[in-house]
Amino acid sequence: MDLNQLTAHELLAKLNSQETSLKAVMDSLYARIHKVEPKVNAYIRRQELKDFTGNSTSGFLKGLPITIKDNICTEGISTECCSKILQGFRPPYDATVIKKLKESGATIFPIKANMDEFAFGSSTENSYFGVTHNPWNLDCVPGGSSGGSAAAVANDEAIWALGSDTGGSIRQPASFCGVVGLKPTYGRVSRFGLIAFASSLDQIGPITKDVQDAAILMGIICGHDSKDSTSVNQGTPNYTKSLHGDIKGLKIGIPKEYFVEGMDAEVKVIIEEAIEKLKTLGATTKQVSLPHTDYAVAVYYIIATAEASSNLARFDGVQYGYRAQSDNLIQMYKSTRAEGFGQEAKRRIILGTFALSHGYYDAYYLRALKVRTLIKQDFDKVFQDFDCIVTPTSPTSAFKIGERVQDPLKMYLSDIYTISVNLAGIPAISVPCGFTKKGLPVGLQIMAKPFDEEMLFRVAHAFEQNTDWHKIKPKI
Amino acid sequence: MKYQTVIGLEVHLQLNTKTKAFCGCSTDFGKAPNSNVCPVCLGFPGSLPVYNREALNSAIKLALAFGCQIQEHTKFDRKNYFYPDLPKNYQISQYDLPLSRNGYLDIHVQDQPKRIGITRVHLEEDAGKLIHEANESLVDFNRTGIPLLEIVSEPDLNSPQEAFDYLTSLKNIIGYLDVSDCDMEKGSLRCDANISLRLQGAKELGVKAELKNMNSFKGVKDALTFEVERQTQLLETGEQMVQETRLWDVEKGVTVAMRTKEGAKDYRYFPDPDLTVFIIDQSLISRIKKELPELPQEKVARFVKEYGLSEYDAKILTCTKKNAEFAEKCIQVYPGKDKKEIVNWLIGPLLSEANLRKIELYELKINIKELINLLGFVQRQEISYLSAKIVLNQLIDSQKSTHDLIREGNLQQISNTDALTQIIETVIQENAKSVSDFKAGKTNALMYLVGQVMKKSSGKANPKVVGELIKGRLS
Repeated sequence: MDLNQLTAHELLAKLNSQETSLKAVMDSLYARIHKVEPKVNAYIRRQELKDFTGNSTSGFLKGLPITIKDNICTEGISTECCSKILQGFRPPYDATVIKKLKESGATIFPIKANMDEFAFGSSTENSYFGVTHNPWNLDCVPGGSSGGSAAAVANDEAIWALGSDTGGSIRQPASFCGVVGLKPTYGRVSRFGLIAFASSLDQIGPITKDVQDAAILMGIICGHDSKDSTSVNQGTPNYTKSLHGDIKGLKIGIPKEYFVEGMDAEVKVIIEEAIEKLKTLGATTKQVSLPHTDYAVAVYYIIATAEASSNLARFDGVQYGYRAQSDNLIQMYKSTRAEGFGQEAKRRIILGTFALSHGYYDAYYLRALKVRTLIKQDFDKVFQDFDCIVTPTSPTSAFKIGERVQDPLKMYLSDIYTISVNLAGIPAISVPCGFTKKGLPVGLQIMAKPFDEEMLFRVAHAFEQNTDWHKIKPKI
Repeated sequence: MKYQTVIGLEVHLQLNTKTKAFCGCSTDFGKAPNSNVCPVCLGFPGSLPVYNREALNSAIKLALAFGCQIQEHTKFDRKNYFYPDLPKNYQISQYDLPLSRNGYLDIHVQDQPKRIGITRVHLEEDAGKLIHEANESLVDFNRTGIPLLEIVSEPDLNSPQEAFDYLTSLKNIIGYLDVSDCDMEKGSLRCDANISLRLQGAKELGVKAELKNMNSFKGVKDALTFEVERQTQLLETGEQMVQETRLWDVEKGVTVAMRTKEGAKDYRYFPDPDLTVFIIDQSLISRIKKELPELPQEKVARFVKEYGLSEYDAKILTCTKKNAEFAEKCIQVYPGKDKKEIVNWLIGPLLSEANLRKIELYELKINIKELINLLGFVQRQEISYLSAKIVLNQLIDSQKSTHDLIREGNLQQISNTDALTQIIETVIQENAKSVSDFKAGKTNALMYLVGQVMKKSSGKANPKVVGELIKGRLS
């Protein structure tokens, strides 16, 4: 196997024993990127990938590179949310997660991962830099919005990566690309430096080749941050301790509302087999109910767009990014935003502005907040009796590029199983659990109570160690 | 008067915290443009606000001083609108759960106390400053994010003078709390006024105008006075009134219509998801309550009770906290029983000296011990009151003692009969008319003669002794 195909923990072992060098790791990554990127487009601004001149190899990560989604601020490296409106924006600061990674000895990969503009999408088709292709089938989408991060990891163009998840943007592409993706508990990872989509839902999380890498990465990026008022002080656990493989006696809830009409028949079978596997490992499963599931998508698209409409107001051409030429202020605002934002961004800004408008606020935004509380209470209730909840990550495997672009509602429904987790603020992980007949990966989603990421690692790791799905590589 | 004037004031007050409301930037005034800035107050992508405890405590302190109820739960909301001085295009403010509500401020109207309601006090962030030049507009973000308190009064004020008194009293109290510079010229205190007129006894409010752009308390009063006139004329001529925002033009002394409010602007307020709801617990409130300084009204009452001052004198001395502290120190150091003696000096000659120098009373550089020595000289009749005022003038900004100054100026009062008799003889010879007037029973003539002696002695003669001597000489 080439070095770029290894996991981070495998590479760390080789680097520590001086079996290989950081230069060799970088060379293998570069070679892979040069070979496959013209077909995949997982990275943006590829032409800016300069020769690797070496980096500090000190620290626990020994200079190991990490790929970063384009909405996480990296000092001196352009961070544009794959939007024209942030053209040329190089943040003068690092996001807290980047700072922590650097302190642990990581190399921040010099080009960023593709994504849907401002994380608005489930297919990475809404990127100013063009669509990313799914490495398992280049005609398919990689999922989104962290499609670039997931495709790069799946295709061995990255060792591991960071994504962000507002309604499924880490887990759904992880599922579509056959890799591991974790959305931490809201407040577990600092949002400082993450360019906000929906502030009350956004979390940064790992996208990796296996569960152990996810546990290592989470251990580095988690923790309270005084720069983020919504981050919670719950310490920084050693998540690798949860990777012991024993899930005997764990009680797993299977929500009946997630196994209904709309789910692909093949996906259903694969998920059922995965659940059987967990049983053979000693867990018990029982059907549970999350009665407000049906409202999740509606609630999500009101809250998320409302927050987004305000968060994106700052992109006005005054201080940074793209500015349309104009001889008066109002026209400059209008032209800058008309030319700078893509169609989906505009759709969501309009939706959110509407939801917050006088006369509609109570009927939409306020009501959505109330239902959000009900959704959260559904989970609280189930977690009184169960250790975790298992569901499919997405109702289907990766769909064809262009298939859903004209039908936003259908596109929004691809997040139907992931959205509730963000609304409730709980953590969830997606692990590879099988392939469709056409050879597309399917992901299993595991959810746990707030700040119980250990449970996710424990169950996901046990499942992974008793299956081989994560070892299968796409052939490009 | 046919019409009743109804005024409500909206005051914006910059808090004098060391750092901004939601980031660690300095709040220093007068720095080079865009030097007190960081990614947070510039609203850079990915930056997040973290609220400043000090600002919150100052806000609670002020709200408590105005008798407001502090809300147990409070939160910040986003007020969304586009403007180039607002980097995020929303202002972090407070909407439906302000920090505090239902306070009051007492003023005096024709010597009768009047209570003015304070609707709410809430915390928000200031915007930047636009500078318009011939061909371009520039923006300075130093002010962006400075903590700002909005203090909204009830429409309880019924004349421009009441509005002026409300502001004066507000500033006075805020000065005591030491939470703001309250400088309208520097913009640390800004005031907008809502004013409408209605027939006396009418229940419904008239059509209001919102006045902006006043940059002094007097400006507020003048603008309101102009508005009362303008609106009275409109009502008298039966013209249609429109609700509008009007700008005060201080040069021309008129208000000018800026824009017509066609309805409430939609700011799309919603809770800021970057800042969590915070709970103000009772222990914090009682701690801040304990830290509250003695406020002007309480101080006046105490000065009257403890030092036997008249309310009038006490009010003059307590108009600012620092003056009050200076005055109290003088009163306490003064050994005499009748504190009125030192108080008369404070609000008399000392205040004049301060006014002359265009400074506050407490800013006078004077050694209090020497001041009290000076009073001793006067009381022992060793120098005249006139001479004492000369010494006082020299005592300020000087290292010299009262004793030295009196000696150097040769100002010792002449009570010595021999020395005085000589001068008196001369004066009697030179003023035959006054002498005969006195003898004819005109007491004013004696005063004149004493005055002449004082003049000849360069103010050093003891007028009491002189009077006695003249009376004895002419009887």
